[in-house]
Amino acid sequence: MAIEVTRAPASVALAEEFPSTVWKEEDSLIDRIPRPVAIVGLGLAIVAIWHFVTMSGVINAIILPTPAMVWTQIATVGLNLATGGYMLAALWITAQEVLIGFVIAAVLGTALGTLVGETKFGARAVMPYLVAIDTMPKIAFAPLFVAWLGFGLESKIALATFVSVFPIIVGTASGLQAAEENAHMLFRTMGASRLQSLLKMKFPFGLPQIFTGLKIAALSVMAGAITAEFLGGGKGFGELIRVAASQLDTARVFALIIYLSLVGLTMYGAVMLAERKIVFWQRRQSSE
Amino acid sequence: MINPRPADSLDKGAGASAPAVYRVRNLRKTFARHSVTALENTSFDLPRGSFTAVIGASGCGKSTLLKIMAGLVSPSEGSVMLAGKPVLGTRSDIGMMFQHAVLLPWKTTIENILMPIEIQRGKSAAKAKRADAEALMDLVGLKGFEDAYPSGGMQQRASICRMLITEPEILLLDEPFSALDELVREHMNMELQRICLARQATAFLITHSIPEAVLLSDTIFVMGSRPGRILEEVKIDLPRPRTLDMMLEPRFAELVAYIRNRLDLGVNHGN
Repeated sequence: MAIEVTRAPASVALAEEFPSTVWKEEDSLIDRIPRPVAIVGLGLAIVAIWHFVTMSGVINAIILPTPAMVWTQIATVGLNLATGGYMLAALWITAQEVLIGFVIAAVLGTALGTLVGETKFGARAVMPYLVAIDTMPKIAFAPLFVAWLGFGLESKIALATFVSVFPIIVGTASGLQAAEENAHMLFRTMGASRLQSLLKMKFPFGLPQIFTGLKIAALSVMAGAITAEFLGGGKGFGELIRVAASQLDTARVFALIIYLSLVGLTMYGAVMLAERKIVFWQRRQSSE
Repeated sequence: MINPRPADSLDKGAGASAPAVYRVRNLRKTFARHSVTALENTSFDLPRGSFTAVIGASGCGKSTLLKIMAGLVSPSEGSVMLAGKPVLGTRSDIGMMFQHAVLLPWKTTIENILMPIEIQRGKSAAKAKRADAEALMDLVGLKGFEDAYPSGGMQQRASICRMLITEPEILLLDEPFSALDELVREHMNMELQRICLARQATAFLITHSIPEAVLLSDTIFVMGSRPGRILEEVKIDLPRPRTLDMMLEPRFAELVAYIRNRLDLGVNHGN
């Protein structure tokens, strides 16, 4: 039997009864603001509100300095840092605490995370203890670390590690569960040993989650170091903040915090860059 | 017209043309945690070079059967012999394919294909096998994509090559084409047949598609659920090599209709 076929027409002129039904599917006005404009605009708005609040005299300048006062302090601190003054030495001490603390947290966190994520013993016995410790207010351990390790770098590094290690443990442990069951079966049928499965399949599949843990850790490690400096003295940036605050120089406190946040941002950026380089397939997959 | 072989004809040498490479006897698998019997009274022989498909409703124990045959899980009772040796774990003479290709996205296509060699004999052995991998890629139309990262459409083809690189005599296929669209699936079916015939491989395919099962198989196991077991073994007497045009023949339609009917019975009456 013949098959009836009709060819589709190429193009038809629109008649009166067919108005064009092209309609806008764009985002609303606020979602259409481009990213740089949105960032700078919001920042300027906040500074403007801050400026008018402080100028109106509602809040005392000692409590909340004006943006201009903070700006002056940013310049002063910046000049001291750039000329290698005592603040640079303080920043270097804090940066060391943060960096060493982060590296130890990364090594310890992936090791403990692997123990928890790879072995049933780890999941059954080690994990409950880690969860219990994680629920404690870790900052409160600062006096203990000072008592155990003294007033030097060690106690600061210890607290920095302590507050930042848990997200890495959790990220690693859950990352090792990320590979699908078929991948496990595939590796077993290929004759892979447990170590081969771990290194060549489970660990790489878990890298995105491990990096999520590392990024959270990079943001919290600074809080650990600074807290330890507040409580354990030393010559770091935390000490500068403490002294400025005790002199009621709030503008300087703000300026010092801003420079500290730059260190934190650099840490975070470095981890993000490493992630892009190491987990190079993730962006390719999300764009597919 | 269609004569299912009763399951108790085993060991009587009925119609066995080639020696059995897989010999499965009285398999039973219960999952204690759910007190479910996933598989019961399962016995069969797979002749060397034969193609067998398993078809049945979800939860009829197809995947459990495949995992037991692959040495991935232990049966609760029974015996699996492969090439005269008991199956007590995974073996290198078995190649497997899954519904998802599970390629490693950080490795290029050819590195993925060479993965079994790398696992078993190291990186330098894998490098030495590169020419073999290229030949396989040529076979499935992946020529030129060696150093590209595997993308959507290429993945299942790459996973065929990865399965074949160790030249396994047994192919265990767990719904390998069910995620593909119809045209690609038919093309891959034909590829698979060509590979199996050329290599004299023994294939065991789990599928949900009755036409796919009929098109590829010498024998189809129709499975029932609760407990999972083989209800019937249906001989597919279409000549080899099979072609896509055969799907239009009355005999093909008859076989498909028969199996659909058996599956319906299994679903509606638990028998």
